[in-house]
This record gives sequence, structure tokens and C-alpha cells, in this order.
Amino acid sequence: MNVIALSHSQDRDFIAQVEKESGQNVSLCYQCGNCTAGCPYTFVYDIPVHQMMRLLQAGQKDTLLSCRSIWLCATCQSCTTRCPNNIDVAHIVDVMRHMARREGYSTEYGVKAFADSFLESVEKNGRAFEMGLLLRFIGKTGRFWTDVDLAPKILPKGKLSPLPHKVKNPEAIAKIFERFRQECQK
Amino acid sequence: MSQKLRYAYYPGCSGQGTSKEYEQSTRAVCEALGMELVDIPDWSCCGSSPAHTVDHRLSSALSGRNLALAERLEGVSAILTPCPSCLTNLKVSAHKMKDPEFAAEVNALLDFPVRNTLPVKSILQAIYEDVGPDALSPKVVRRLTGLKLAPYYGCIMNRPPDIMEFDDHENPIAMDRLMEAVGAEAVPFPLKVECCGASFGVARRDIVQKLSGKLLDTAASNGADAVVTACPLCQMNLDLRQDQINVANNTSHNMPVFYYTQLIGLALGMTPSQVGLEKLEVSPMALLDSLPARAEAQAQAAKKPASKGAQS
Ligand code: SF4
Ligand code: SF4
Repeated sequence: MNVIALSHSQDRDFIAQVEKESGQNVSLCYQCGNCTAGCPYTFVYDIPVHQMMRLLQAGQKDTLLSCRSIWLCATCQSCTTRCPNNIDVAHIVDVMRHMARREGYSTEYGVKAFADSFLESVEKNGRAFEMGLLLRFIGKTGRFWTDVDLAPKILPKGKLSPLPHKVKNPEAIAKIFERFRQECQK
Repeated sequence: MSQKLRYAYYPGCSGQGTSKEYEQSTRAVCEALGMELVDIPDWSCCGSSPAHTVDHRLSSALSGRNLALAERLEGVSAILTPCPSCLTNLKVSAHKMKDPEFAAEVNALLDFPVRNTLPVKSILQAIYEDVGPDALSPKVVRRLTGLKLAPYYGCIMNRPPDIMEFDDHENPIAMDRLMEAVGAEAVPFPLKVECCGASFGVARRDIVQKLSGKLLDTAASNGADAVVTACPLCQMNLDLRQDQINVANNTSHNMPVFYYTQLIGLALGMTPSQVGLEKLEVSPMALLDSLPARAEAQAQAAKKPASKGAQS
């Protein structure tokens, strides 16, 4: 069991920041455990979702932003749908993942690399390009054997195009990313 | 159904790749049902899950560009998409952009602003609500009698309910009813809205093997011959990764995983290749070929107890 000395590590700004970015009232959680009961990912989490909520109430920034759970949440919306206090729990997890990204925490590198590869592919082509995305992922992680067993299944079916399906004007989408970097990431 | 059904259509990226057969059967079925789909001109990626895990303004802008393009089309009543992931992104952006402050931030990222004038719905919702099982049923030329299906909706088609505003969030029934309208049987399936492992197949395959494995186990133990789904990612995890799942879990599933539009198409008289059955990894052909015999057996079985009952 982990014991946390609250008075030493409580970060009130962190609580306020999560509340602001998620629009949720963190103190409403009364630890019923409904979110965890329905969460399909508890088996790979290092901190179950109701405990993330409790740690959040206690302002445990470092523990939360460095946990693996925030990267492994699939935003399946079970917790949000079933919370008796109408807390949008999945949104809170999403916001903590945004913060972890901004502050350079990344404890599930493969998951982050997949998301990054996906967005790079969208920024370049305007649409997701599955083959290109896989190659980018392999480039980032060095995991060459990822799903190599699927190739003989999927290639003959003509589903994985070797060339991207670009939009007519990919610059229009690249511009969205550019403005986002300028305006939202300071 | 007197008024013309005309919609803005958002195909989604996977429709051009790993879910080609969904895209193909969706278009064919909508046409057969009198639903006109007008492609959103030069639509782009909605950002899928990766975008919302990075920032909600970026995610809403990527979806918002498509909302804005759709709103500029003439005479369409809604924006439709077959993919639940695209649906969620489009709906969440539209929902969040009701907040003027957030909308201003997102519009600042776009070439032209989102007006938020059209409802966003899944193709499933439009077929269910605007056409309906009762109107579908008389159009069926080949009833799928004898086919037992586990109807699998995936985690985000109906959740969270205040944003998705469709069907029941714990026990949805739209796909069940449509499958019954074409003569198939929907077996009880308690995992209708459980997660399949989502897009973790590449980065954390173990997660998909566990969660999708549970779905296949439950479908089989509840007597299903096949799974029917409305989600490209769910379909891919269950079908394309079925061998990986079998190896990891020491199981031997050989369960076809259909898109519901493929089955509606077949029932409406389309050929297997018109609905892209050959693109499925687990071949459903033996199962489909066995249906006439099963239907016959079912009819015989139904006769027997009835005639007994009549005698006594
Ligand atoms: S379901 Fe809601 S109230 Fe209950 S523990 Fe989870 S977040 Fe807290
Ligand atoms: S949204 Fe995330 S935390 Fe919530 S139940 Fe789903 S996987 Fe678990």
C-alpha cells in the first residue's frame, strides 16, 4: 500500500487546472467505485480510475501525470456514463493526458508514438493513411515485427493502399495544425 | 416517408482502407433504401482518438472543418457517418462548440467558421429512425432465417447518452431490430457496449487480445454463429485479429464478423461481392450457404410441437 503525506505533496494549482480544463467539479466524487467497476482497462492500469479521482482530489500531480493509466484509457465512456454524480471522468483522464504531454511525461511510449504517427499522417495528407502510419510507428519505436503476421491477410484484399488518399488541398489541414501550434501552444 | 431523404455524407478515412466493405455496403444499402448521400466535398480526417488525446481544440477543429463544409451543402437534413469514432468526434465538437468561447477558439484555427446548424447522426441511426425496421422488412427478398447474431455496438456509439442521443446506452436495440427485420436472430449479448481494445492493437496488442477475446467467447457461448457490428475498428479487432486472439487465449474461434450493412444488403438481394463479403478475413460463405438448410430445420422444429399441441 502506498501512503501519501498529503500536506507535503498536495498541489492545489493542479486541482484547479484540471477543473478548469475539464469543466468538472472534482470534489463531487464520493469514491463509490462505479467508474472502476465498469472500466475494461483496469487489468492493465497501474492506478484504477476511482483512485485517480481520489489522488486528484488530493492534488497528487506527479503521481497522476506519471502513471500509465492515463495513456491506456481508451475513452470508452463507461465511467462517464455510469458515474452517479455525473462527473465526466473520461474527460478528466483526457485532460490529465494533455497535461502529461505538455509537461513531457510519457509512460507508455508506444501509445504516444501511435497517436503521434497518426496525427503526422493527417497533417501531411489531410486523411489518415494506414500504411504510412504503420511505417511511421515502426520508425519511432523500432518495432519492426508489429503485426507483420497480418500482412498476408490484409494485402491480398486490397484494403491497405500503398499510397495515401490525400485531400485535394492538404495545405488546408496542415494550416489547422500550424495555427494550433501558434495559438494554443504559446 | 414522403419527404426526400438527403444527407451530407462523411465516409471517414478507414472506409478507403481497412473498412472498404463497410463503405461499399453502406452506399449500396442507402441507395436501395432511398437515402441520398451527398459526399462532403473534400472532407478531411476528423482526428479520430489521437487528436482528442492531444488537445480538444485541435480535435474540434479537425472535425469542425467537415461540419462547416457540410453545412454549406444545399438541402441536406443531417450529417451522416458510418463510423462511430468519426461520429463521436463530429458530435463532441458540435456539442462543445455550443459554448461561444470554445467555438471562437476553434474557429480561429479554421478557414471558415462552423455554424452548427445540422444534426450529426450515424448511418445506423438514420436507417433505424428515418427508414425503420417496418419499412425495411417488406423490401427483403432473401430472409436470413437461421442466422444467429451477436449484435455488437461498441463502446461509443451510444455513450455518453447526453451527447450521442441515440438508443439505449446500456442495452441498445437498433441493430437487433434491423437484423430481425431481415429475418436473422439476435442472441442475448451482454457485452453490446463493452470496449474491444480500440486502437491499441498496434501499440498494446495484449489489450485487444484480452478484450476482443472476451467478446468472441461470450458471443460463442450465447449461441451466436457470427458477430454483427457497426464499427470499423471493432470489426478489424474481432475479424482480422481473430487468429492472434486465438493464439493468445488458446481458443479456436472461427466466427465471421459482419457489418450490419452487409447483411441488410444481402437480404435486399445484393450479391456477396456487392457487399464486399470477400474482404472479410473469416469467411462467412459456409455459414451463409448453410442458412437454407437451417431455415428448413427451424421450420420443421416449429411445426412439431405445434401439431402436438393441437392434438392434445
Ligand atoms: S463513479 Fe463517479 S463518484 Fe463514483 S468513484 Fe467514480 S468518479 Fe467517483
Ligand atoms: S473511459 Fe477510460 S477510465 Fe473510463 S472506463 Fe473507459 S477506459 Fe476506463
